[in-house]
Amino acid sequence: MIANELKESHASGDSGSHTLVPGELDTSHGVVLYLEEITVSFDGFRALNKLSLTIDVGELRCIIGPNGAGKTTMMDVITGKTRPDSGTVFFGQTLDLSRMNEPQIAHAGIGRKFQKPTVFENHSVYENLELAIKTDKGVWNSLFGRLSGEQIDRIGEILTTINLAEKATMLAGLLSHGQKQWLEIGMLLAQEPKLLLLDEPVAGMTDHETERTAELLNTLVGQHSIIVVEHDMDFVSSIARKVTVLHEGSVLAEGTMDKVQNDEKVIEVYLGR
Amino acid sequence: MSYQPVSMQLAQRLFGINGWIGFCIALGVIIVLFPVLNLVVPVDSPLHLSDYAVSLAGKILCYALVALAMDLIWGYTGILSLGHSLFFALGGYAFGMYLMRQIGHDGSYGSHLPDFMVFLDWKAYPWYWSFTDHFWYAALLVILAPGLLALVFGYFAFRSRIKGVYFAIITQAMTFAFMLLFFRNETGFGGNNGFTDFKRIAGVPIATGEMRMVLFILSGLTLLGFLLLARAIVTSKFGRVLTAIRDAESRVMFCGYNPLRYKLAIWTFSAVMCGIAGALYVPQVGIINPSEMSPANSIEIAIWVAVGGRGTLIGPLLGAGIVNGAKSWFTVAFPEYWLYFLGLLFVLVTLFLPQGVMGLLKKIRRKI
Repeated sequence: MIANELKESHASGDSGSHTLVPGELDTSHGVVLYLEEITVSFDGFRALNKLSLTIDVGELRCIIGPNGAGKTTMMDVITGKTRPDSGTVFFGQTLDLSRMNEPQIAHAGIGRKFQKPTVFENHSVYENLELAIKTDKGVWNSLFGRLSGEQIDRIGEILTTINLAEKATMLAGLLSHGQKQWLEIGMLLAQEPKLLLLDEPVAGMTDHETERTAELLNTLVGQHSIIVVEHDMDFVSSIARKVTVLHEGSVLAEGTMDKVQNDEKVIEVYLGR
Repeated sequence: MSYQPVSMQLAQRLFGINGWIGFCIALGVIIVLFPVLNLVVPVDSPLHLSDYAVSLAGKILCYALVALAMDLIWGYTGILSLGHSLFFALGGYAFGMYLMRQIGHDGSYGSHLPDFMVFLDWKAYPWYWSFTDHFWYAALLVILAPGLLALVFGYFAFRSRIKGVYFAIITQAMTFAFMLLFFRNETGFGGNNGFTDFKRIAGVPIATGEMRMVLFILSGLTLLGFLLLARAIVTSKFGRVLTAIRDAESRVMFCGYNPLRYKLAIWTFSAVMCGIAGALYVPQVGIINPSEMSPANSIEIAIWVAVGGRGTLIGPLLGAGIVNGAKSWFTVAFPEYWLYFLGLLFVLVTLFLPQGVMGLLKKIRRKI
């Protein structure tokens, strides 16, 4: 049904109550991401098999599933790294992600954090955020532009959010693994994405760091739409409102952590083992 | 783990503000003192500086400017160029054309054409020599020739995402190709003899002590100006993007920057600096020929930077001074062994001083 609405609004260019702005994210239906019947095959192997999924604005969604369930492929499809063989991916009502390339998608407001943290190690934490903050990224502005007061405040806010305010002047290369992960999340936040994709954000973290990350993500709920792919079940249950279980390229179950954990099929393929 | 605030790190790397003021004053003193010691102090005084020493120092100032250009592109942006001697030589040739026109009818054949053109039986200047008798046009050419070549070459290389060793190799191939081109007599730049026997600049005879001083001071001031400009660049956000490109280019892209534009900007700027250095160099040494474009020269530039310390701005200037100072002494004392020594120096620096002389100074300072 949603897909029908989408096609209509796309074709008519106007869906009555609001005007469409081409290239702008439109989430007036309260949904930030639609995946419809996505299929991706690699040499005959179906990494994604008619996967359908919607993410609401401000939602924090956890995606779990055994290895090979298609979690990473799904992220690749959303960020434009992999093209779906069939199916549609829409960002808001209007942006067809399958027709955009990676920088365009990034620019439209989807930020992705990869498993391995990459920060600028020879720059301070503050400078890392300064480089990431949403602004004109052209050569001229970098040479002569200055941060506005608002941007400086924004960097300060992010530093507090990611719990690195005291380490603002430290070289990012000297941070611990967990702190680098937070910094990278902070760099994503600085770009003001509409949708954040986090690939195993607590992999390799200490228990304390994992707890702090859960707190961090919980504070972001409502402000950003977030998709987290994670293996760590304790972590998932500490942040998730809604969990989607992937299996063999399609959705096996969806719902609250309790519901999912008690689902017969889920226990069979994943949790029970 | 010991945490060190970044301001400390940067200060150590960039010498701190006092270090910078000190270095600039030292450079200023050299610019003023050398001419005085050479021209004002009488020849029989022990303080007198020989013409040879002054012209050597003048050459080294030009080399230092090249080393600075190399540091911006290699030390800060992580792009190793083995083609910087080409940009240096192009600047030299561009200004050399003006110097050849200034010879006028004083060549061996008394023609209005340079000797090598008379020798080739050419009757007029080829089209690309037009207007080169005007000083300001020649000065513009010094910037445009290396700048445009770097812009076009860099655009295609960076757009194709050529990096690292591959980039170094194609820049080396480029300078080699240009060297072969300039070796041909028909190219119109004097073949393997290049340009020499310059008589005057702007009507003023070139082979006088005063003119030597003017060129020396000009080289020093240009170096000082570009040093401060380079410092402004690397401490701006633009400079931080360059270093970020060096360290994690894909992350820079995910932050929304287009690395192509940044690389192209600093690459072209670096090439123009080399061109200006070449233009200052040629009237001081009195000759420019295609051997200046040889790949070995480009490698030597990289050695200056490595010896001085990459990504420190001041280090490469010291490196250019140390290596060329050693070279001029060695080529007099043990001419056969210079290349072995240079090779050994590079190996030793790579093994024991990965951060060059600047790294050594840093260590010594920490001990004290």
